[in-house]
Amino acid sequence: MSEDNATVPFSEDGWSPAAFAKAAFLGIVLIFVVTPLIATLLGGLKSLGELRTNPFGLPQVWEWENYAGILGSKRYWQLLFNSLVIASLTVVITLLVASMAAFAFAHLHFFGSRMLLNYLTMGLLFPAATAILPMFIKVRDLGLLDSYFGVVLPQVAFALAMSILLMRRFFKDLPGELLEAALVDGCSYINFFRYVTLPLSRPILATVGTITFVHSWNAYLVPLVMLNSDSLYPWPLGIMVYQGEYSTEWHLILAFITLTILPTILLFFFAQKHIIAGLTAGSVKG
Amino acid sequence: MTALSLRSDGSGKLTTLVLFLPPALMLFTLFVVLPIGEAAWYSGFNWNGFGVPVNWIGLDNYRFVFGHKAFATAFKNNLLIIAVSLLVQLPLALALAIILADRFRGAVALRMVFFLPYILAEIATGLIFSFVYDGDYGLLAAIYRVFGAEAPHLLASSTTAFPAILLVIVWKYFGFHMMLFIAALQGMDRNMVEAARIDGATRWQVLRFIVIPTLYPTIRLSVFFAIVGSLQLFDLVMPLTRGGPADSSHTMVSFLYNFGVTRMRVGFGSAVGVILFVVCVTFAFGYKRWIMRDE
Repeated sequence: MSEDNATVPFSEDGWSPAAFAKAAFLGIVLIFVVTPLIATLLGGLKSLGELRTNPFGLPQVWEWENYAGILGSKRYWQLLFNSLVIASLTVVITLLVASMAAFAFAHLHFFGSRMLLNYLTMGLLFPAATAILPMFIKVRDLGLLDSYFGVVLPQVAFALAMSILLMRRFFKDLPGELLEAALVDGCSYINFFRYVTLPLSRPILATVGTITFVHSWNAYLVPLVMLNSDSLYPWPLGIMVYQGEYSTEWHLILAFITLTILPTILLFFFAQKHIIAGLTAGSVKG
Repeated sequence: MTALSLRSDGSGKLTTLVLFLPPALMLFTLFVVLPIGEAAWYSGFNWNGFGVPVNWIGLDNYRFVFGHKAFATAFKNNLLIIAVSLLVQLPLALALAIILADRFRGAVALRMVFFLPYILAEIATGLIFSFVYDGDYGLLAAIYRVFGAEAPHLLASSTTAFPAILLVIVWKYFGFHMMLFIAALQGMDRNMVEAARIDGATRWQVLRFIVIPTLYPTIRLSVFFAIVGSLQLFDLVMPLTRGGPADSSHTMVSFLYNFGVTRMRVGFGSAVGVILFVVCVTFAFGYKRWIMRDE
């Protein structure tokens, strides 16, 4: 790893002891981060016996059946399908509901808007866990227990605060003359929203959509409390059941873990810009 | 255009408001605000969730919670997470950010790799580390065997289970804080650094008197996220220990789940929820008021 110092005002030139210490530090952290991940990926390619004697190295015998068996099972695809349905519904409803509210807060100056916005952003202050039991009773009383929507609607409700804040700021930053001109020409707010705001807001919609998707895809507590049927389980619930059944057959569990985190990793590589922007977005004021 | 105008000027402002606001307000009220209020109400009852709550017991549930040994442990564990976040994770993230904010070959790739654990599901992370820590098949066991020693079952002992979870927390979350710092460093005015260098400031002085002070707002924010995040930690605990052994590794949320949700003790669980709510909101307001007041 050689350092290009032309643009680096506060680092040492060349391979000084300081640069060496830095590289060593980075190397140690790198090993700390990737070892568990690589061991998981490779562990899924070993037999249980080999896993015990050789957990770090490449497999001596490549056991592709571990992965093939899971990929050939209905169970794996059912879990991914459920997760995909729940996450997609959460994203679509969040984008729709949050963008409309954000538009109202950004452009329709109305009495009490500040207060209502503060009301909604209260959602940032506490986790869903605080009210999980009453939420369970509410979902039950609405007849949504053990259904996709029993998971989706609470997730949307908790995603709203951040989504509205991010979108409102983006909408406000769009050139104001656009709206004035449109209104003068007799365009309605709804049409302006539909034909001007939304098409111009693809970057923020992509960002909010991506982080909502990741949160929903990884979520555990709300589906755990709201779902009873295995057939509706998203993958975090399913993999816990799987681990319960195969308790010490680590080679199978590791293969299953690898196959369930693979979609996340792929998404990360294709949408890293949106993921990083969205997940660190709380750092800028709403 | 400042007041709500009822004139029909073709812009349809009122119609838009009536269509656009209620969905968000209703969903939020129904699934976030009402449940919090109901938690406060239910926490006064001994109730199993069926029928209507009738068995009013006043503040007894709160007494039960505060008198519960596992709750004290859970609360202490939450404080431990905060301590480790501030004393280990934050300095680590800061040091990495200062190195990786520079442009050199591999810097961007390293940022990505270090950020990766943050986007993995807690459940998957927990399972991966229950493999790492496994006394028979795990990576740690293999390292012990190299030295001819018997591997400990870290997660099966009430003295080591929670420290083992703390290490996973650092592994999973430092990359997020590192990214916050990198974003702040990239927005920094480099001219100031260059000017200081020309005036003869050492690298350390630049770091100490220019770089770190510019990061103060981000550090305060990172501390905020670390504390809020620690208060809601749950998913990681489940695959690793489920709060055990002997309730030694619970967090407040896993305590709530284990003693409130799985046993359908709605009143008791709601009381835990209300306590957690009060802690979160008090902290958030206090922090905004006293620590982040200039931002």
